[in-house]
Amino acid sequence: MLLIDCPNCGRRSVQEYNYGGEYNPRPENAMERTDVEWAEYIYMRDNKWGLQKEWWYHQSGCGLWFLAERHTQSNEVLKTYFWQKNDVPQGK
Amino acid sequence: MSWKLIKQALNGSKPLPRMWHERPIKNSYDVVIIGGGAHGLACAYYLIKDHGITDVAVLEQSYIGAGGSGRNTTIIRSNYLTPEGVQFYDESLKLYEQMSIDLDYNVMFSQRGHLTLAHTDGSIRTMRRRAEVNQIQGVDTRLIFPDEIKKLAPYLDVSDRPRFPILAALYHPPGGVIRHDAVVWAYAHHADAGGAHIHQGVRVKDIRVTNGVVNGVETTHGYIKAGAILNATAGWCTTIADMAGVRLPITTFPLQASVTEALKPFLNVVVVSGSLHVYVSQTDRGELIMGASVDPFAQYNMRGSLAYLEGIGGHMLELFPMLSKVSMRRQWAGLCDMTPDYSPIMGVTPVEGFYVDVGWGTYGFKASPIAGKTLAEAIATRSTPELIRPFRYSRFNEHALVGEKGAAAVGH
Ligand SMILES: Cc1cc2nc3c(=O)[nH]c(=O)nc-3n(C[C@H](O)[C@H](O)[C@H](O)COP(=O)(O)OP(=O)(O)OC[C@H]3O[C@@H](n4cnc5c(N)ncnc54)[C@H](O)[C@@H]3O)c2cc1C
Ligand SMILES: [Zn+2]
Repeated sequence: MLLIDCPNCGRRSVQEYNYGGEYNPRPENAMERTDVEWAEYIYMRDNKWGLQKEWWYHQSGCGLWFLAERHTQSNEVLKTYFWQKNDVPQGK
Repeated sequence: MSWKLIKQALNGSKPLPRMWHERPIKNSYDVVIIGGGAHGLACAYYLIKDHGITDVAVLEQSYIGAGGSGRNTTIIRSNYLTPEGVQFYDESLKLYEQMSIDLDYNVMFSQRGHLTLAHTDGSIRTMRRRAEVNQIQGVDTRLIFPDEIKKLAPYLDVSDRPRFPILAALYHPPGGVIRHDAVVWAYAHHADAGGAHIHQGVRVKDIRVTNGVVNGVETTHGYIKAGAILNATAGWCTTIADMAGVRLPITTFPLQASVTEALKPFLNVVVVSGSLHVYVSQTDRGELIMGASVDPFAQYNMRGSLAYLEGIGGHMLELFPMLSKVSMRRQWAGLCDMTPDYSPIMGVTPVEGFYVDVGWGTYGFKASPIAGKTLAEAIATRSTPELIRPFRYSRFNEHALVGEKGAAAVGH
């Protein structure tokens, strides 16, 4: 069974968490974005085979949204950490 | 079929002729299809049959049918929610009805009827709408209630005992199940006989694009030039699209399925419950084959989980309490390429000569014939056929989605 470290609560079963999708920050200056730029943000995904930076939510625990880096083939979780304002999406 | 069997029986020890052949890889093809699933092979078949394009290669990293095409639960139906979806899937169902004859290959299509259960007033409302949309398009779908459900599936618990009692069902008589391997093999056989090359164990590693036009594919067996390239790799489709520099609105999730030991025949319809996340049918061997919704997080890993077994076990017993002593025999998973609107993405892309047939999620097997046929037309004419225009790649930039979630999320 996959175990994930919540930055608050420590190591718990994956069943305590909800997956929140790949890390994909919202575009800045929303009013100036074109339809195509919005489509890129809303629909398009990296869907990486390999290491992915992603959101998790500790639903049956402390209720924290945090970031993880997980390999999407082996499911190895390399690290988990609190989100920070300057977190950038993972380059391709 | 039967004639062939009798002849073979009298033939002594001579092996059956091979259904397709291993051929040397050429360094150039008019059309290179990536992915040897039912979709890729159907497209090769229709390129030859409808358009006389025979210089075609299907490249498959593993064996043909190794992807979703050999792992699905084989449910075929056309009772979708949008008019575009109903029209499209119904064309596919009609091709499946003719397939054993057209391809002289027994694909064992059993149109035993398909029941989608409603456990809430909300689902009854959606089903009424689906029944109306279907009937306008000439598709046989109607809402039925527990007295009639009981007749179609006598062992289904339609009492008020369960936590979510069955209130009604969407009944779709033409729906049913098929032999998925036979579909793959039939297309492979005819594509091969018509001149296409099927290369198993050949993986595409890169795609060369010059000035916005495809040039060819780099593979584990060298470079192959291509006039057109089709991405028919389902769960892996983002990895291929990345090579061509085309962005996709897709996330890959595993979907699990399992079978029980064989039981005497007792279930002669396909039963689906969206609220309980379960669907089930009985195979000709007597096993119950069942599946749930996709795994809770995105991944390219196909390992089965205990959570799935626990979940589906509980939900199956809600529907069929008498199965409590039956054991589960096998469990597996396949990769599903989920789109935001639960509709596929088909046809041209911003890269000239690079076509997609992706976004088949948990429901694409039923579309194999029509997807193959329309994609072959798209490649041959370098344009998008009317039937698949709603599913064009550009719909995302146009914010013109085809929302099928209500009919495809757990429906298959
Ligand atoms: C458990 C399960 C149950 C399902 N149940 C149903 C159902 O009841 N009804 C229904 O209609 N649909 C169902 N589906 C969905 C259906 O199986 C798929 O949508 C469909 O089979 C997709 O077919 P395909 O030919 O496009 O892709 P696939 O059959 O997945 O073939 C893609 C192929 O591409 C190959 N490939 C990938 N990368 C490369 C590369 N780099 N180079 C070369 N080859 C590559 C893969 O090896 C694979 O063989 C189910 C799926 C699963 C997993
Ligand atoms: Zn926590």
